[in-house]
Amino acid sequence: MSARDEILGRVRSALSGVSPAVDLPPAPRAPDRGDLVALFVERVEDYRAVVTRCSPDDLGSVVAEVLGSASSVVPPGLGLDVAGSVVDDGLAAADLDRIDAVVTRARVGIAETGTLVLDHAPDQGRRAISLVPDLHVCIVDAAQVVADVPDAIALLDPARPTTWISGPSATSDIELDRVEGVHGPRTLHVVLVG
Amino acid sequence: MSGTFVGMPAFPTAAREALADTQLRRNLAHATRTIRDKRAAVVAEVEDWEELRVAGAAVKEAALRDLATHLETLEASLVAAGATVHWARDAAEACAIVASVAHTHGVDEVVKVKSMATAEIGLNEALEAEGIAAWETDLAELIVQLGDDLPSHILVPAIHRNRAEVREIFRRRMGDVGRPAPDDLTDEPAMLAGAARAHLREKFLRAKVAVSGANFAVADTGTLVVVESEGNGRMCLTLPDVLVSVVGIEKVVATWSDLDPMLRLLPRSSTGERMNPYTSTWSGVTPGDGPQEVHVVLLDNGRTRALADDVGRQALRCIRCSACLNVCPVYERVGGHAYGSVYPGPIGAILNPLLNGVADEQTASLPYASSLCGACFEVCPVRIDIPSVLVDQRAAVVDSHRGDRVPKPEAVAMKAAAWTFSSAKRLARAERASGLAGRVLGRFSRTTLPGGRAAAGRLPGPAAGWTGARDLPAPPTESFREWWDRTDGGRDGSAR
Ligand code: SF4
Repeated sequence: MSARDEILGRVRSALSGVSPAVDLPPAPRAPDRGDLVALFVERVEDYRAVVTRCSPDDLGSVVAEVLGSASSVVPPGLGLDVAGSVVDDGLAAADLDRIDAVVTRARVGIAETGTLVLDHAPDQGRRAISLVPDLHVCIVDAAQVVADVPDAIALLDPARPTTWISGPSATSDIELDRVEGVHGPRTLHVVLVG
Repeated sequence: MSGTFVGMPAFPTAAREALADTQLRRNLAHATRTIRDKRAAVVAEVEDWEELRVAGAAVKEAALRDLATHLETLEASLVAAGATVHWARDAAEACAIVASVAHTHGVDEVVKVKSMATAEIGLNEALEAEGIAAWETDLAELIVQLGDDLPSHILVPAIHRNRAEVREIFRRRMGDVGRPAPDDLTDEPAMLAGAARAHLREKFLRAKVAVSGANFAVADTGTLVVVESEGNGRMCLTLPDVLVSVVGIEKVVATWSDLDPMLRLLPRSSTGERMNPYTSTWSGVTPGDGPQEVHVVLLDNGRTRALADDVGRQALRCIRCSACLNVCPVYERVGGHAYGSVYPGPIGAILNPLLNGVADEQTASLPYASSLCGACFEVCPVRIDIPSVLVDQRAAVVDSHRGDRVPKPEAVAMKAAAWTFSSAKRLARAERASGLAGRVLGRFSRTTLPGGRAAAGRLPGPAAGWTGARDLPAPPTESFREWWDRTDGGRDGSAR
């Protein structure tokens, strides 16, 4: 018998006589927290990420200022001119490793947890580009901020890869001292538009 | 096959050694208290935490009770998304599948994301035997691997090592396996993490094959989920050409929206954060982005045994958050090594016997490694009633010894469990549990090794296995409760 058939057979016999019906109570929702965007900013900053809020008109200059003299890569569909930036066309990881920063958009922001979710559409690019460079500048529109995790789940397409980002990479593995920055970008700079 | 460390003495003996190690106890007490407090603070923020737990428990329970259906759905979704699905009855089969994928690509190394399932099946050792180096990329796992050590906590496996020890391990060992630690390495955690970043980046950039586990597997979409902090998971899931994920069959949830209660429950319960730094989800192959060859190994290895146990089935709801370890008074004192398994603490005390049965003495001693205080149940995000399962497993141990002439585990172990709380001072100095690493043999060859007592007999010094526990000093005249009250659970330092 194949391993597949044997395991499925074991599962069925283990559950013989067990009713598959289980009451599935809906998960509770967080109460209304008022100004979602303010909450989002507060919670993102709690992770020691930097947040800059700006108007749509100022976006270009704010991003340029955040980048300073850092070299950068952008996804092909960013929809914003970043002077001197390399547009990703399938760069090798080793090439990305020589670039200081990346600028992307996001799909959704979660206020309750201070989380940005990327679904790697053309305005966010391949997963590798927002991972290898040490500075991630992530642009999110105020209108993209939702209240809590269930709202984000409902908006996301499971067929796409998603990356949920809550602050910079971190570890507490040595004596539980939190250290920002291990393998992912050591600096997360969120630019909130609107 | 099992997730227990072959050659480890039964719990009471190993606990005695761990109790004698004051540094270990201090590290553990500090760590568990810190995580406990963080968890309590972020859980208190959620008004309907109890309802959320009920919802999370129901999601997992529903998936388990119709597991065959969900597994078939998962397989079909994964295949439709371009993944190759394998099934593994046991550890050896799972390891052989991973090794054969690596061989197909002609690699002699793989990078790994921290995964309980791959630790359980002894994948690193199996790959090593096939000439393939498996690089652990989680900082704590790296510390454990370079230190030739055993993990002691689900979440922070190197919880028993302090910063000076970590620095020593990095200086001594990094150069042997890749980029050496810098000469001016201090014991600052930030600098140690920087050394790990540089050491592992080289490996991430060149690796062709990565191995992961998964925290959740969504049946209807074929989505796997990895929850992590450091970004090493993202590196492994994104940069290599080939990804192999070893997923226990109990990781299934039915639908994408079922992830909602789980992703709210896990980070708060685990690291005590509103959300962990990184969560990755992927469904098979995404053209032009990430690994273009994706394998998923669906692992049984005792899970169907646990599934058949009407009381114990709920243990398969476990999402490995480790909250039960951090509140357990027994764990706080003896640490993870004493459980002799990759699954320590209260969950290990029930999961190991459920997965493996209670035929060997080491596993049979685990259901006694508890005071039944109930703290584990209270914090468990999926409401596993660990005390009830413990009691039921004790009955299973006793049943398995009906007809023995010599009085067996129960009487002895009850004494030993009480004794776990007693004073450390009188204990014979013993080799610390972590020092056993070098003598722990391939976990797979367990069937060919003598189990329990005989294997423990391989150990030098006072680690004399189960029989040693019968010469225990009489329990202290003071009762456990009196002792606890007097010393605040040993925290005030006056515990003799
Ligand atoms: S048993 Fe519950 S508390 Fe313990 S690790 Fe599993 S999910 Fe967490």
